[in-house]
Amino acid sequence: MRCGQALNAALHEIFERDERVYLLGEDLLDPYGGAFKISQGLSTRWPARVLTTPVSEPSIFGITAGLALRGYRPILEIMFGDFIALGLDQVVNGIAKFRAMFDDRVTVPLVVRTPMGARRGYGPTHSQSLEKLLVGVPGITVVTPSECHDLGAMLTEAVADDEPVFFVENKVMYGRPNRRPEEGRVGELACHESEGRYPALTFSGNGFGPAEATIVTYGGMLPVALDAATELILEHEVFTEVVALGRILPLDLEPVLESLGRTGSLVTLEEGTLTGGVGAELAARVQAEAWSDLHGPVRRVATRDGIVPSARSLEDEALPGVEDVVAAVTALERVGG
Amino acid sequence: MGRQEQAETAPARAGSDERALYERMALIRRFEETLLELFAAGELHGTTHTCIGQEADAVGVIACLDPDRDVVVSNHRCHGHYLAFTDDVDGLLREVMGRVGGVCGGKGGSQHLFAGNFYSNGVLGSTVPLAAGMALAEREKQSDAVVTVFVGDGTLGQGVVYESLNIASLWRLPLLVVVEHNGYAQSTPSVLQLAGDVEARARAFGVATSRHDTTDVLRVRSAAREAVEHVRSTGTPYFLVLDTYRFSPHSKGDDFRDPEEIAARRLRDPLTVAAGLVGDGERDEIAEAVEGRVADAVQEALAAPVATTVAAAQ
Repeated sequence: MRCGQALNAALHEIFERDERVYLLGEDLLDPYGGAFKISQGLSTRWPARVLTTPVSEPSIFGITAGLALRGYRPILEIMFGDFIALGLDQVVNGIAKFRAMFDDRVTVPLVVRTPMGARRGYGPTHSQSLEKLLVGVPGITVVTPSECHDLGAMLTEAVADDEPVFFVENKVMYGRPNRRPEEGRVGELACHESEGRYPALTFSGNGFGPAEATIVTYGGMLPVALDAATELILEHEVFTEVVALGRILPLDLEPVLESLGRTGSLVTLEEGTLTGGVGAELAARVQAEAWSDLHGPVRRVATRDGIVPSARSLEDEALPGVEDVVAAVTALERVGG
Repeated sequence: MGRQEQAETAPARAGSDERALYERMALIRRFEETLLELFAAGELHGTTHTCIGQEADAVGVIACLDPDRDVVVSNHRCHGHYLAFTDDVDGLLREVMGRVGGVCGGKGGSQHLFAGNFYSNGVLGSTVPLAAGMALAEREKQSDAVVTVFVGDGTLGQGVVYESLNIASLWRLPLLVVVEHNGYAQSTPSVLQLAGDVEARARAFGVATSRHDTTDVLRVRSAAREAVEHVRSTGTPYFLVLDTYRFSPHSKGDDFRDPEEIAARRLRDPLTVAAGLVGDGERDEIAEAVEGRVADAVQEALAAPVATTVAAAQ
């Protein structure tokens, strides 16, 4: 099953189970079913609970919050992740704060689903990975499923969560197969899944034997990380572990520390721009928590600071690729030296 | 409260609706004057936005609502709305003073209140879609509730207000938007920040509207009654514009208005306008009762421990 289909199927199940679940967003109605078709079929089956909205992100963020404060479990589909910028006041000054500033006597159980990411040639305002903006907002949960996660289970958990959840999807992922681990393996790689609502997946090319580095990533960058790990084995005889975080806020550090305990070197990989990114937060926390495990500086691989250009050739230059990850790992003192 | 007690207290209130309106306004006035005094005395930390001069809006509108069913969403200038809706002097005072027993444990402070069906938030405009979403929730529950959101003329500068009016009209939401038009956005007079016709903004979205230039609590109540009735009976939004005036500064000491302008408006002080609702002797009696209630609350709040997360954990 493709990732987009898995999410769509999960939405149908969630709607069937809980009548407090509503869906709001732009262009949701069938036959359109949302710009990326993830909401297809819902408006036909539950016309009263699928509300297609005007192009008014600031307002629909607020309306979703109002529904959540008054007993519903709304899901808001934001057509492109870039458009969360339009709703940030509602997120920063409302959704993220209500529970704490109202002395823990309310909850805001909403889910914002939105696709981030490039590689579709949509250009500077439709290709960004802006989740790092959300990581600086205490009071929300940011979930980052990858194509190897149990997408349906994670979305179901997000809707059941009493905290406001940003469910960050990746628009390339929609069309790729949902490759779940089978008997602890994804293809040639061993895969361990952590506990919890939004688990992390840790991959190894040698059955969690000795390895030189941990590559921590999330969401749509997982296939890049796995391809890099494979190339490092085949071309450089270097074994690494890859951690795909299922949740980046609050940062799920445990699986990272666990892997670092085995490898001693950290490379972070994200599709957002470099400065002030998730990698920076990981680096800061890891050096504080596991300084004695580290053999050298943390290396960050991310999109170049700047725009994501439209032309494919330029987009490829800006985005991190397999070769960038391989270069970062082979440049690690311990590996290179 | 037992049935017996209710039966005993009811006759005292029967036929005294109008007295209650006056009392409520006097309480809000004295409460907020007290806050400004406490600030001046260095007893308060942070900020406050008082509605001194605008009390008829809070009291007149909220008199038409049922606190057990209806929802109120307010803004930074929320004390009057809160007291009119909840009568919770102690909870609000302690909240503003950062003491144990504050309605939000001292975390919200003056601008961020929650109790029962009352919510306020401090960023202008953001509350309108929030209220629209709550109205959607109440519509879906078929609770017959009206959700009232109070905004000022300054908030009419926020685009999200118009997005939300559009949606409230389109989706037929039981939403009452009350614009307390006091002629100023903080320090900026309307003439420098508001073009066109205020009611036409609502009409453009097919939202019923009316405008009332009054500080008479009875006239406010009657306008609000019509508006609430419209929302409850049709399930569609209403945009109620109330022209008023704020005697107090926007916040604490930040007032640069012409003192003569303020003095002229004081002739229309809602408490003066409503003075006829109660007899001369009663006014003094009410003033004394309100003074005592607020003063007691201040003494108790000052004696209460400061809010701390350590205490909460014990």
